[in-house]
Amino acid sequence: MNFELELSKGEFSIPECTICKKIVWPPVEFCNHCFGSVSLKKGNFEGKIIEFSRHDEDYFCIVEFENTIKIMAKILKIPEKGQKVKISKCGISNGNYYFYVN
Amino acid sequence: MTRVGIAAYGITPFTKNDQNIESVLLGSVKNLFDNNAKINRDDVDAVLVSTNDNSKYLAPILSEMTGIQPKIAHSIENLCNSGTNTIVSAYSYIASGLAEMVLISGAERYDSPGQILTWDNSRGEFKHPIFWASIFTKSYKQKFSISDEQLALVSVKNHKQAQKNPNALPMGTCTIQDVVNSKKLTDDLRLLDCSRPCTGSASILLASEKIAKKNIDMPIWITGIGQKTTSAGFTKNDSFSSMESTKLAGQAALKMASYNTKDIDVTEIHDAFSVCEPMALESLGFSDMGKGMRVIKEAHETNNFKINPRGGLIGSGHPLGATGIAQTIEITQQLQSKAGSRQVDDAKVGLIHNMSAAATSSTVLVLEK
Repeated sequence: MNFELELSKGEFSIPECTICKKIVWPPVEFCNHCFGSVSLKKGNFEGKIIEFSRHDEDYFCIVEFENTIKIMAKILKIPEKGQKVKISKCGISNGNYYFYVN
Repeated sequence: MTRVGIAAYGITPFTKNDQNIESVLLGSVKNLFDNNAKINRDDVDAVLVSTNDNSKYLAPILSEMTGIQPKIAHSIENLCNSGTNTIVSAYSYIASGLAEMVLISGAERYDSPGQILTWDNSRGEFKHPIFWASIFTKSYKQKFSISDEQLALVSVKNHKQAQKNPNALPMGTCTIQDVVNSKKLTDDLRLLDCSRPCTGSASILLASEKIAKKNIDMPIWITGIGQKTTSAGFTKNDSFSSMESTKLAGQAALKMASYNTKDIDVTEIHDAFSVCEPMALESLGFSDMGKGMRVIKEAHETNNFKINPRGGLIGSGHPLGATGIAQTIEITQQLQSKAGSRQVDDAKVGLIHNMSAAATSSTVLVLEK
């Protein structure tokens, strides 16, 4: 499992325990429920906007995936609570993760 | 188990001064011993330092600078509630019998690295606290139909009350219009809704009942302690309009002290941002959910200083590692009737709420005469 390696290539994946199948977030090497190994589930995941605000011209929002993972992401168009979105761009810059959704 | 009391305290003015952390720490310890000449430094068994500063070995350094050779000396860091975590650790050393007297000193510089939790990558590029505060504010306003103008009252009240606090970071008073017209940080947060990082220090001496009664005229007892950490990452919060860790810590502290919120005469609330004050009051049980602003409005309009008498974090500044200790000193002064023009009438029982990182961790203390 190397979530950050995938993220640095622009791939958002969801870490999942190989034993109990729980989603492990934030990504770490072992499951925080059973300490099982973690693997990455790949896909074009759909998330839901939980809340949002705006900083200068940029909207930022909390997006929930799989009813478990929540991230803070940028969105270019005016968001709405409950709006379904997908990750359009992600990566690591200066040590910080970044996510865009649309 | 012995009772644990607050035997002495010292504090510095909160400033924007560029001082080294060791000097900042020393300031409030000197103030403590200057004002309590009867206390023998040789009786101090432990020295605990609360800070987010990255300097090393600060408790032994502070011990050396103050001529103390303690059995126990170490630092404690837990972001913004480092101060009350340190008090709880000192309490535990005394209650267990490992120490009779513990010096706790908290200090921070205005540029503390504790303002940003770099680990929390779930926040993406939005790691500055103004972003979680914006999400809290938006969520709270929408859920309970609270306007920006209504919420601005927190800042107005706390700046007003800070004028009576000689150690507050000097900022002056403000009106509701000043708050809503202050610099827009996000769509949901204005500059005057925010507490300011600053340089400052606060120290407390805790003692066992035997030592406290022998040395001190009016010890204040710590009778309730509650702590809860629900996560480290902001996005793990189940709700963005209430504080689960605060609710659980408050329940535990009140249960330990055998009180309920009706018994609390004066309280220090961790108002890192305006929205935190009503959210915390509600989560602690001082009002129904969504009704915290009614309690704040009533206190403001009647000039009752029972909520954040020293001006809270917004009114007096937020030197992270010192904040929980400064809050505890304020409640101690209130219960000793030594709060001067900030004094709340006939205060017998007080509560302190100190939290970290978007309320992912909270500490609540109950103090009484």
